[in-house]
Amino acid sequence: MTPVVLDVQHLSAGYGTQAIIEQINLQLTEKEIAVIVGPNGAGKSTLLKQIFGLNQHLGGDIRFNGTSIVDIKTSALVPLGISAVPQSSNVFPTLTVSENLEIGTYASPPADKKIARERMLALFPDLAGKLGQAAGELSGGQRQMVAIGRALMSEPTLLLLDEPTAGLSPVYLEKIFDLILQIRDTGVTILMVEQNARQALRIADTGYVLANGRHAHTGTGAELLANDDVRRAFLGGSAGQ
Amino acid sequence: MNAEGIAFYLVSFLTMGGIYAVLCIALNMQWGFGGLFNAGIAGFYAVGAYTAAILTSATAPTHVGGFDLPILSGLLGAGVMAGVTAWGIARVCVRLKADYLAMASIGFAEIIRLVVINEQWLTNGSLGISRIPRPLEDIFSGRQAEVVYVVFVWLVVLLTYFVSQRLSRSPWGLVMRAIRDNDIAADSIGKDVQRFRVDAFVVGSVFMGMAGALSAHYFKFFSPDATEPLLVTFLCWVMLIAGGSGNNRGAIAGALLVWAIWSMTEIITSHLPVEWASRSAYLRMLLIGLFLQFVLQRYRQGLFPERG
Amino acid sequence: MIEFINFYLIPGITLGSIYALGAVGISMIFGILRFAHFAHGDLMTVGAYGALTVVWVTGIPPLFAIPFAVALAIIAALSCDRLFYKPLRELPTIYTVIASFGVALILRSLIQVIWGTESQVYVKGFQKPLVYFDTFRIATRHVQIIASTVVITGLLHVFLSYSRMGRCMRAVADDASLARVAGIDTDNVIRWTWIIGAALAAIAGVFVGLDTDVHTNLGWNMLLPMFAAALLGGIGKPLGAITGGLIIGIVEECVSYPFFGEALLSPSYKSAVAFVIMIALLILRPQGLFKGRLL
Ligand SMILES: Nc1ncnc2c1ncn2[C@@H]1O[C@H](COP(=O)(O)OP(=O)(O)OP(=O)(O)O)[C@@H](O)[C@H]1O
Ligand SMILES: [Mg+2]
Repeated sequence: MTPVVLDVQHLSAGYGTQAIIEQINLQLTEKEIAVIVGPNGAGKSTLLKQIFGLNQHLGGDIRFNGTSIVDIKTSALVPLGISAVPQSSNVFPTLTVSENLEIGTYASPPADKKIARERMLALFPDLAGKLGQAAGELSGGQRQMVAIGRALMSEPTLLLLDEPTAGLSPVYLEKIFDLILQIRDTGVTILMVEQNARQALRIADTGYVLANGRHAHTGTGAELLANDDVRRAFLGGSAGQ
Repeated sequence: MNAEGIAFYLVSFLTMGGIYAVLCIALNMQWGFGGLFNAGIAGFYAVGAYTAAILTSATAPTHVGGFDLPILSGLLGAGVMAGVTAWGIARVCVRLKADYLAMASIGFAEIIRLVVINEQWLTNGSLGISRIPRPLEDIFSGRQAEVVYVVFVWLVVLLTYFVSQRLSRSPWGLVMRAIRDNDIAADSIGKDVQRFRVDAFVVGSVFMGMAGALSAHYFKFFSPDATEPLLVTFLCWVMLIAGGSGNNRGAIAGALLVWAIWSMTEIITSHLPVEWASRSAYLRMLLIGLFLQFVLQRYRQGLFPERG
Repeated sequence: MIEFINFYLIPGITLGSIYALGAVGISMIFGILRFAHFAHGDLMTVGAYGALTVVWVTGIPPLFAIPFAVALAIIAALSCDRLFYKPLRELPTIYTVIASFGVALILRSLIQVIWGTESQVYVKGFQKPLVYFDTFRIATRHVQIIASTVVITGLLHVFLSYSRMGRCMRAVADDASLARVAGIDTDNVIRWTWIIGAALAAIAGVFVGLDTDVHTNLGWNMLLPMFAAALLGGIGKPLGAITGGLIIGIVEECVSYPFFGEALLSPSYKSAVAFVIMIALLILRPQGLFKGRLL
């Protein structure tokens, strides 16, 4: 049996005392890609942020490789092997691309900084010519790459991505999904939130549909894509599309 | 101290306490209701004090005036001048966010201080203006005059209180609160946020000017030393936060409480050995500074929380 | 012209250097902790008196007393943060601003209680100015202050651009929440912000004492010009704050030079220049010259 990397049980969380998500359960095994989809405001980002300890924990447990991480402070999660890319403002705008990547190595230095960097540039050849540029001056897609690159520099075993393709053109979108598969193949477990649900579910091992802060549907990516309820309510259009 | 002594100590306590109460209610109109961080209270206080001093004192060869006018016109003039000054300032900087408004208003207060110190023809410079009258001086004298004056001060406190209460319960006050709590929402219901903020700033400053006038008449003398930002601005903030910002009764209670602490520490420190007594004023300042931190950390809502 | 350089420009650069060193901390605290630190001037005063004590006790020249001044100011800043600012960190920053007013008062009255209120000087007596090319006269202390500021600016630049902590500071100033997600220990960054801010403030305080005299309002009087400098340079841009400080200092000294036969502004209104610049910046260009952050 493949080991469970991330195990979320009965998680409730929100802002202040108000619960936004309730009774969430997720299980990710090694090298799995799990995708969370759902309407705007469903609580997808809240869930991801909560795994990173960024808002108010109201109940339940989050285990990473068997140990609970709910009481660990955010900045201490990176050394454990978890990296995250938030939904918006995910780069340091006044730092250069190269400095953004460098920041990624501070909390958890990779085995060899130089090799990690070269691997990154092989993954994102577009960035090679932009290393000295301020990240805030990049295009949305390039910024997304810097953000993912920064998260990968610490060589995580679990990667959390919040809408990595938001606002990207179809070309970039394909690129990012390709990348995610490549990253998975290097041994990383990935949990991501996606609005481009159809494409995302195609590469997903498991899919979770979230609505109003609760599980609406769970299944393999293919099952959800084939499910009529899910299609009608969350994907729009018919199965043939 | 005998009974009479205590009674007159109380009178002088209530006089200064009342002047601070006016300042505090005025600050409450700006900060408590409007969320406007005015850190230049001393400036409006100075404008009011000098206006009243120049209007009501006897003609002096060293500076403009005095015009020997009745005290009420001095009070009115103080309010008007402070209001006009505030209007000019508010027009340019009322839309600034809190920290920035604090810096800008201190900046303006310091400019006012520089003018007061340097424009001898107007204010008699650092020597200050003396022979400022008190109300009904020719009828009452000595301790009677003190009693008359404390009544006068508290009439102004009441006036300020009623104006502030009325305003805070009026539609204007409701909009002000809405603006304070959420700029954008108030904007979207079509209210001219900027204008409301200017209004709050001006109205509060009018009463700050009047408080200045009250203290000029009380001391019968006014010099730039009395506009030291620490004594006026800072103490006033401590009072409002301790009393409960957003609540007019809290503002009065805070003024009296902090002024009581301030005066009491004076009694205590005056019993210290001589070499310490000379530094007692600073020990008291230290205490007030620590008191503020205590209130901020433990009693942020103040004695009388808003809507309490 | 020579007169302009000797009596207006050089003193202006000196004053500007002092503002610059103080403004660096204000700018960094604004950028990282997101509040206007109204007690920063009083940290300068703490440094100035720390050095004064060492000079009194040991008789060494004030410049050599700087390490002690710096240590004292750092201790003061870290304790104030721990006792007065940290408990308010989760609240709207306006509470911290109010607390910093209180801290300004606490520091100043402590100094007044401990050292008294009379102004003091580090070294008594007249010092002969250095003379260059028969015409330029520069006081030794001005040379010391300006040269030290240049060196400190260089070090600061290297620190912020190339050191790990420097990059982390810039990252936190950019986006504190993302910095935590990226694994940066923000508490540590905050600690270093105070350490650097207080150290430079203490040095600035000693320089004021060296240039004029040491008194308890020394730092408070410089607070608004330093805010102006930090704004001019762009909030959260320490090197911008240095430029801002120099500009404010030079302008402040030079407005009383009789450019057109008459002084542009009476010297007694000199300090109004900084207030006016500050207010104008707040209203017209709060992002400063170098695109600093906006609150
Ligand atoms: N900082 C916050 N404070 C209070 N409430 C918040 C905060 N952030 C989000 N919320 C609320 O939580 C709910 C869920 O938001 P969340 O960002 O998790 O949605 P989402 O599923 O990621 O939506 P989207 O697809 O638009 O990104 C929303 O109703 C939102 O109003
Ligand atoms: Mg989201």
